[in-house]
Amino acid sequence: MNRRFSWFNATSLTLGFAFLYLPMLILVIYSFNASKLVTVWAGFSTKWYGELLQNEAFLGAAWITLKVAVISSTVATVLGTMAAYVMVRAGRFAGRTLFSGMIYAPLVMPEVITGLAMLLLFISLGLDRGVFTIILAHITFTMCFVSVVVSSRLATFDKSLEEAALDLGCTPFDAFKSVTLPIIAPAVISGWLLAFTLSLDDLVISQFVAGPSSTTLPMKIFSAVRLGVSPEINALSTILISIVTVGVISASLISKRNIARQRADEQKALQL
Amino acid sequence: MNLRRLLLILTPYAWLLLFFLIPFVIVMKIALSDYAISIPPYTPTFDISAGWDGLKEFLSGLDVENFTFLATDALYVTAYLSSLKIALISTVLTLLVAYPIAYGMAQASEEWRPTLMMLVILPFWTSFLIRVYSWIGILSNEGFLNQFLLWTGIINEPLAIMNTQNAVYIGIVYSYLPFMILPIYAALEKLDGSLIEAAEDLGCSKASAFWLVTFPLSIPGVIAGCFLVFIPALGEFVIPSLLGGSDTLMIGKVLYEEFFSNRDWPVASAVAVVLLLILIVPIVLFQRNEQKQREANQ
Repeated sequence: MNRRFSWFNATSLTLGFAFLYLPMLILVIYSFNASKLVTVWAGFSTKWYGELLQNEAFLGAAWITLKVAVISSTVATVLGTMAAYVMVRAGRFAGRTLFSGMIYAPLVMPEVITGLAMLLLFISLGLDRGVFTIILAHITFTMCFVSVVVSSRLATFDKSLEEAALDLGCTPFDAFKSVTLPIIAPAVISGWLLAFTLSLDDLVISQFVAGPSSTTLPMKIFSAVRLGVSPEINALSTILISIVTVGVISASLISKRNIARQRADEQKALQL
Repeated sequence: MNLRRLLLILTPYAWLLLFFLIPFVIVMKIALSDYAISIPPYTPTFDISAGWDGLKEFLSGLDVENFTFLATDALYVTAYLSSLKIALISTVLTLLVAYPIAYGMAQASEEWRPTLMMLVILPFWTSFLIRVYSWIGILSNEGFLNQFLLWTGIINEPLAIMNTQNAVYIGIVYSYLPFMILPIYAALEKLDGSLIEAAEDLGCSKASAFWLVTFPLSIPGVIAGCFLVFIPALGEFVIPSLLGGSDTLMIGKVLYEEFFSNRDWPVASAVAVVLLLILIVPIVLFQRNEQKQREANQ
């Protein structure tokens, strides 16, 4: 592509990013508003953050959400990595088409359908709805995202490295542990992060499979937001937005440094 | 086949069968059942202990009544049609907003592009619910948009945007914008610049070089982006329930209310089955587009 960055490009980027970021910026600014009226500015205050910390219901929901996200994303990463390995390396086996269909379908399935289907399953199994059923549902839909991320990495790396390890006497499991896993580790980590965020964010599926005592944070926010804008929710959103921003920026800085280091290593290797 | 390989394949396979495929069989089965005031609220229920006769009795209790009900009741037909309309219009709008952004990113200098990429991806990691919520304060009658427009004197009385379909369009465009930008950008980024130079050397104006060379070569990205917006928008629940008000009829919301407010599980399941059937066409087309792309890259 020939790079002639025109005024048109500059304008569309400025307007585009303003559109993407202004709504969140307004939310963050007005979380420090002293007034209860969310659209009228009445001076700077952090009182809504204070009230948020007093709000037992929100804190309880946040704790449940975090627990669900950590457990489900960890299990989903293990299952998703296995699934990716099966898709890329296991070759042909009976029912392979069905398998890859089941990996890709949840990615585009409307959440209302997944939620409904999961709930009906749990009811027919006689499982009590609660934290456990939310975890099962989250593992199922996030493992597919993990497996897509990991399989794209597995597909691009040199299979002969694994074969060399096997020729040199490694067992398949050792070869996986000491050759494959270190190479695909960045993809596995981003898969985990993706699963974690998807689980933290999920509203619709949780809404279907949750029981009365297992309200997650998004469910809590949703029921509060249906009544309109509130400064407390603004404060909560600001906290969540900051966590994500810090996370994404540091992740991208780390990967940038890793790439730089890798390039430096390659340079050194060439000079030898 | 050794045991280890079997275990490796079987673990994720069994998980997906149990938690993904079987649930759909159950949805299908309940869609063919009848509503009943009992627990669970449908009939017939399958009793495994009754054996073969139980199965026969169970199968004779199934019928397509719910589907004929959906086809004849104006509410559902309208809801499906209006979801299709909303999803289609918002896909086009998202494309119009996303293309110039993706194009600008591809034209930017090498050292800026990772930062721009990150700026597009960042909102995707932020809670979907919060991003939709942020528009309530902007679009409502006393909201920021109306305050601003009244202040500039463009309008004399507040625009009613909140709780209309327009608010839903804005919500969808905003929430799904990254899904459209990224594939278009990926297509534009690998475009060979010398092609455009050649077109211009051969007498093309800048505009016609864009329409004859750049745009056609970005079409696979455009198609991918359109599917990535259209498919989830069709079954969208959060955006119409927060921004659309009671005026906006979308099938995701209808399904949700059918299940939770009316507690009519058989009809809710039938709604899900029909939505799935509608979605199969775009999903298959999308997979085929991706497949073609992968083969072209090899």
